[in-house]
Amino acid sequence: MIKLVGLIPLLPLIGFVIIGLTGKKLSKQLVSIIGCGSVLGAFAIALEIFFQLTGQAEKSVTIDLFSWITAGKLSIPFSFLIDPLSSLFLLIITGVGFLIHLYSVGYMSHDEGFARFFAYLNLFIFFMLLLVLGSNYLIMFVGWEGVGLCSYLLIGFWFKNTAYNNAAKKAFVMNRIGDLGFLLGIILIFVTFGSITYHDVFLQAKNFASGNPALTAITLLLFIGAMGKSAQLPLYTWLPDAMAGPTPVSALIHAATMVTAGIYMIARSNILYTLSPIAMETVAIIGICTALFAATIGLAQNDIKKILAYSTVSQLGYMFLALGVGAYTGAVFHVMTHAFFKALLFLGAGSVIHAMSGEQDIRMMGGLKKHLPITHITFLLGTLAIAGCPPFSGFFSKDEILANAFENNKLLWFLGVLGAAMTTFYMFRLYFLTFKGDFRGTKEQHHHLHESPKSMTIPLVILAVLSVIGGFVGIPEALGGKHFLEEFLKPVFEDSSFRMVHSISHQTEYALMGIAVLVMGGALYYAYTVYVKNKTLPAAEDEELKPIHLLVYKKYWVDELYENVITKPLNFFSDALHKVVDNQVVDGLVNGTGRFVTWISGILRYAQTGNLGFYLFVMVIGIVIILCSRML
Amino acid sequence: MSAIFTIPIEWYILLSTVLFSIGVLGVLFRRNAIIIFMSIELMLNAVNLLLVAFSSYLSDSKGQVFVFFIMAVAAAEVAVGLAILMMVYRNSKSSDINDLSKLKW
Amino acid sequence: MITTYLFYLLAFLSIMFGLMVVFAKNPVHSVLYLVITFFTIAGQYVLLNAQFLAAVHIIVYAGAIMVLFLFVIMLLNLNKETEPHKSLWLKLSATIASGLLLVVLVGSLKNAGTIPHPANFNTNIGLIENLGKTLFNDFLLPFEVSSILLLAAMVGAVMLGKKSIK
Repeated sequence: MIKLVGLIPLLPLIGFVIIGLTGKKLSKQLVSIIGCGSVLGAFAIALEIFFQLTGQAEKSVTIDLFSWITAGKLSIPFSFLIDPLSSLFLLIITGVGFLIHLYSVGYMSHDEGFARFFAYLNLFIFFMLLLVLGSNYLIMFVGWEGVGLCSYLLIGFWFKNTAYNNAAKKAFVMNRIGDLGFLLGIILIFVTFGSITYHDVFLQAKNFASGNPALTAITLLLFIGAMGKSAQLPLYTWLPDAMAGPTPVSALIHAATMVTAGIYMIARSNILYTLSPIAMETVAIIGICTALFAATIGLAQNDIKKILAYSTVSQLGYMFLALGVGAYTGAVFHVMTHAFFKALLFLGAGSVIHAMSGEQDIRMMGGLKKHLPITHITFLLGTLAIAGCPPFSGFFSKDEILANAFENNKLLWFLGVLGAAMTTFYMFRLYFLTFKGDFRGTKEQHHHLHESPKSMTIPLVILAVLSVIGGFVGIPEALGGKHFLEEFLKPVFEDSSFRMVHSISHQTEYALMGIAVLVMGGALYYAYTVYVKNKTLPAAEDEELKPIHLLVYKKYWVDELYENVITKPLNFFSDALHKVVDNQVVDGLVNGTGRFVTWISGILRYAQTGNLGFYLFVMVIGIVIILCSRML
Repeated sequence: MSAIFTIPIEWYILLSTVLFSIGVLGVLFRRNAIIIFMSIELMLNAVNLLLVAFSSYLSDSKGQVFVFFIMAVAAAEVAVGLAILMMVYRNSKSSDINDLSKLKW
Repeated sequence: MITTYLFYLLAFLSIMFGLMVVFAKNPVHSVLYLVITFFTIAGQYVLLNAQFLAAVHIIVYAGAIMVLFLFVIMLLNLNKETEPHKSLWLKLSATIASGLLLVVLVGSLKNAGTIPHPANFNTNIGLIENLGKTLFNDFLLPFEVSSILLLAAMVGAVMLGKKSIK
């Protein structure tokens, strides 16, 4: 069955080709069957491979498909690597991907670009699968660029809107910055190890001393790539803007799968990172800073999708924190649970937006509990999961990250708990303002309120169930459970295990959990008092805000800062280059050459007398000269 | 009885060189396009003679086959060339190459 | 022995008539001298055991090409009076240039390579049988292609020779 792995990415690719080429002629029904069916097929194979992998002793299988690039010493096969890490990601991508495809059938049913949307989604799934399946960095890079392209296409899906296009461009360009780092990292890997295949690289890396400068450079460069793709400081501003795309896109690409590519890449290269403490520290610091920074911004936003976007950035920060402290399993665990509950929340938000006829401002919502019962319940479960309420999935994964952070550095743990409190607060603020209280929208919207169709609610329910029980694969030892996930992923992180000693005692762990739950409860209660008891409403657009509030509401003016510090000087610089270097120097040079040639040939053409006798004479003299020079 | 046993090949080389140079002289010396044409034929024949000489001395018939091809090309060239000369003469009433000086700056 | 004398005689004649082609005042005379030159060259071919080639040479050059030249000259009515003249200076420089070329050519062909010993000579290569074998074995494609060349030349000549091209 593992031999069939080539089919996993092939199915969505076929789906993309069929829908992409003939989409307009096919009926919507057929498009959705092909679109969803191809991903479902991939999911079935992935599931089969997953079970086969758990059953067999050999945990890492490389499947050679064909020889891809061969030039001199460089030989890159096009081969797939099946190991616990990639098979887990396969499940997440195809599973969540399928649910979101299904959801899109309902959500996009009135859109004229229905077929185009499914073609893009299938293409995205293809590239994402390529990214996680590749057995070397180059295939990962191909997938990496591919998902970036699909992200661009899908953010700008409604291309008639200039703002959406700008958001798409922003995402693309920002990712490009990160990709450059990634590419340089790959080149450096090749220079250092002479190969870019995971197996060869990691085998050699084991012999390197910890803190080797080459490894540090490689890991930092790779991390720049991860920063761009996974929206970390300072390259995060594209993700909130990426919410311009349709909501299923936000759920699939900008929450569940693509943005976790950076985590996958670092988890994949765990040996390299483990051997370079500086890079680990950088990852941890950037992670926690992003987690806190994005969480504070999330506190004051009013757009339902923007809040979820900042929460995604913040949760990604947690994952990087986990990677940075060496808790690779924790990071992957959080990727998984986050994929469940964030996809759920986004889809729930999509359902709300659908019901509200496109309204995204939570100040205009409220009291939707009555009208959207299924959405309400599932959204509540998702909120509880992300807030880390036991025994929901978020609790276990976040607890593991925080416990590992505690072990590593107390300050990191404290900041992590602080961030978790903020997460709880803004998520419940979102929940309360949306579903509790009275309806604040227009009469028309009120009249239109309705629960979403089945194709949208079924994925919600499935994801809600997963959000609730998803954490049980990783119950910590302290609670008497068995950490299945850690067991499963052990072969992948084996060589980095010396960093991951579980020296923490059970008592400490209970205390940490207790504190986390208490803090969560406190934040929940605070949100309840503010938004339900006192019925406070977020300030309206024109209202004066307190300085700190304004600072957070305006997202620390980071966008404006980038605009003024980077974009405008760059624009000015390129303008100057255009006007001076291009128009004057380059054009001058080119035109000057042309004029010079015209002038010289104007003189030379007088040699063309038109006298045939003269030509013949010159020719004979030329022959004589040539023969003479041959003789000498 | 054959010349190749008694005459060294250098004599043939010398003879065809002289004939070729006479052809070149004719091209440079005369202004009548037809005479120039004939001089070119003379040059071609000098080359043919050399080819045949080498072919005989090296006992390789390819050289003589090559002469066939040169003859075919010469025949084609003469047919077209003379037709062109006729046209030129019809238009300019002259066969002097110095009258054909349109190809200048 | 007689072949040696024959060679000298033919060589002398061909050079002499070649020069007369160039220096003859009347174009018609030039053509006739050229025909004689071609006959002497054909004689050389015979001496070189290329009897078939000699026959073809006379047929093609003396028989066809030179007749064509004569036709044209007579059609254009060229004679001694219509002959354009070059200045003495130009004639001198032309002679010097071609003389220079002769010297240089002789110099550069001086060491033209070695020839196998006369004992190894094969005197039969000029026979039609051998030539035909070479032509239709090694040079079949060029042979066929040259037919296209002749056809093209024919079409071109007819096109050019028409009274007016519309």
